[in-house]
Amino acid sequence: MDGWDVAIVLVKVVVVFALLLVATILLVWIERKVVADMQNRIGPERAGPWGMLQTLADGLKLLFKEQIRPNKAEVGMYLLAPVLTLIPAFLIFMVVPIGPSFTVTLGGIEREISMQGTDLNIGLLFILAMSSLAVYAVVLAGWSSGSKYPLLGGVRATAQAISYEAAMGLALVPVVFYAGTLSISEIVASQAGTWGGIIPRWNIVPLFVSFVIFFISIIAETNRAPFDLVEAEQEIVGGFHTEYSGFRFACFFLAEYINMFNMSAIAATLFLGGWNGPTFGLTGFFAWVLPIIYFFIKTFALIFIFMWVRATLPRLRYDQLMQLGWKRLIPAALAWLVLSAFVVGIRQFGAPWS
Amino acid sequence: MGMINDLRKGFAVTLRVMRKTIFGDGLLTTEYPKESRQKPERFHGRHVLNRHQDGMEKCIGCELCAGACPASCIYVRGADNPMDDPVSPGERYGFVYDINMLRCIFCGLCVEACPTEAITMTHLFEMSVTDRNDAIYTKKELLVDPDGIPNHMFTREQDPMVNLSELKEADGWMRATAPSGRAAFEGIPGWSRSAGIGLRPPERGQAGDLPESEGGEDD
Repeated sequence: MDGWDVAIVLVKVVVVFALLLVATILLVWIERKVVADMQNRIGPERAGPWGMLQTLADGLKLLFKEQIRPNKAEVGMYLLAPVLTLIPAFLIFMVVPIGPSFTVTLGGIEREISMQGTDLNIGLLFILAMSSLAVYAVVLAGWSSGSKYPLLGGVRATAQAISYEAAMGLALVPVVFYAGTLSISEIVASQAGTWGGIIPRWNIVPLFVSFVIFFISIIAETNRAPFDLVEAEQEIVGGFHTEYSGFRFACFFLAEYINMFNMSAIAATLFLGGWNGPTFGLTGFFAWVLPIIYFFIKTFALIFIFMWVRATLPRLRYDQLMQLGWKRLIPAALAWLVLSAFVVGIRQFGAPWS
Repeated sequence: MGMINDLRKGFAVTLRVMRKTIFGDGLLTTEYPKESRQKPERFHGRHVLNRHQDGMEKCIGCELCAGACPASCIYVRGADNPMDDPVSPGERYGFVYDINMLRCIFCGLCVEACPTEAITMTHLFEMSVTDRNDAIYTKKELLVDPDGIPNHMFTREQDPMVNLSELKEADGWMRATAPSGRAAFEGIPGWSRSAGIGLRPPERGQAGDLPESEGGEDD
């Protein structure tokens, strides 16, 4: 490992960082526009062309606002929580491949550079671990604020995360069966090609039930409507971030949207074939850039569904949330897991009665 | 299955609304500072003090409006008209006329109380001030110009908020409840001619004819 390798890693980190920030700026704007359209409104349109700079203006406002700290707050945790919520959000995207690799000659050696922060051989586990860690920040923020509403929000976050993480993990196991690996880039590679030249060999086709369960779980995992009990304004003011203001609140806000982008990207990668797509026999630069465009199209299509769900469904009641998680999703995920294990087993070893 | 059908219906609603908003006429909001909506004819905006067609003030300083006001936001002092240069037709005129717009509840009882239709309500509603004292409108702000257009806080040309055609509607907003009218008014509107717009045709559904325009002043 020479200096060039270090430089490549650094560039990748910076690119992921910048990509997520820009994606958030776009995402907030797109969300406000889409929800406005679904509610017969115009949405932001004053800042920049079609209001695209609205997020930037909001961010600047938050940056310059006073950061209030409650007297009863546990200072250390209170200050740490906003940072803690950002770290997993940025880390998750490091294992998501956004396009095919390319080769360049640097320092006299021809290097293959993957369009992925790092290709962990346990990538899927890493994603699950990081998305669980993100909940800690919410819980800690709620507890350390020294106030009742944030505490309620934190408690709700704990219960919700435990309920839906189980379903989410179970929904991902069939994907691992089918790909035979935990590495994200190999899961993407296993989805290349088509069945009969028409149907893409994406995991969503054989594992549609898994996809539905996973998608519902990630909505709950990212605390978005209709599962946004953690920050239900009508019930517990701002939830876990009630006592946060200024830049610290901006951190939570940023993390929420980065998580939404992350989860959509992961869903697109695991179930919609990642950057796979027809390249129409193109070579060179276009064959490289087209998959990246496919990746973002798939991701934003899923994000649109996120927003669509938010504009359509009312918030679940707490017992409904628990019921959906424990009585519907987890049994369904378990049954589907057994079924797909059976199918994969027969494919691998032949039917036991033959 | 029933649940899935319900979900499908619900999601179809939002998507249909989105399509209508983007491609059709589903948009319900207006881009307010740029375009303003036509207010209802009897909109209770801020008050004006009207003038007769010859430019004389209609207010006679009787203080009936102040007495009728449930919020006690009107302060009026009457004074005798100067013999050589009368401000209003008759003996007296209002030489102080203040309305505290922070107190006013825009009920319109002052309009109904006024015997000379001096005080009416306009379609103006943008009354933001940076000082509480500025919210007390005096005769300077309330009295219409000699051409019948209400005084606004901004110069008329510069202010994008003010719709000039709406300002012309300043007086005569509430014909049916005008002093000599009633809710089911049929006939000649009991409305004195004033600067700016004069008499307006009766509201829809009222058969009454207007008097001929050469009918002269009716006060």
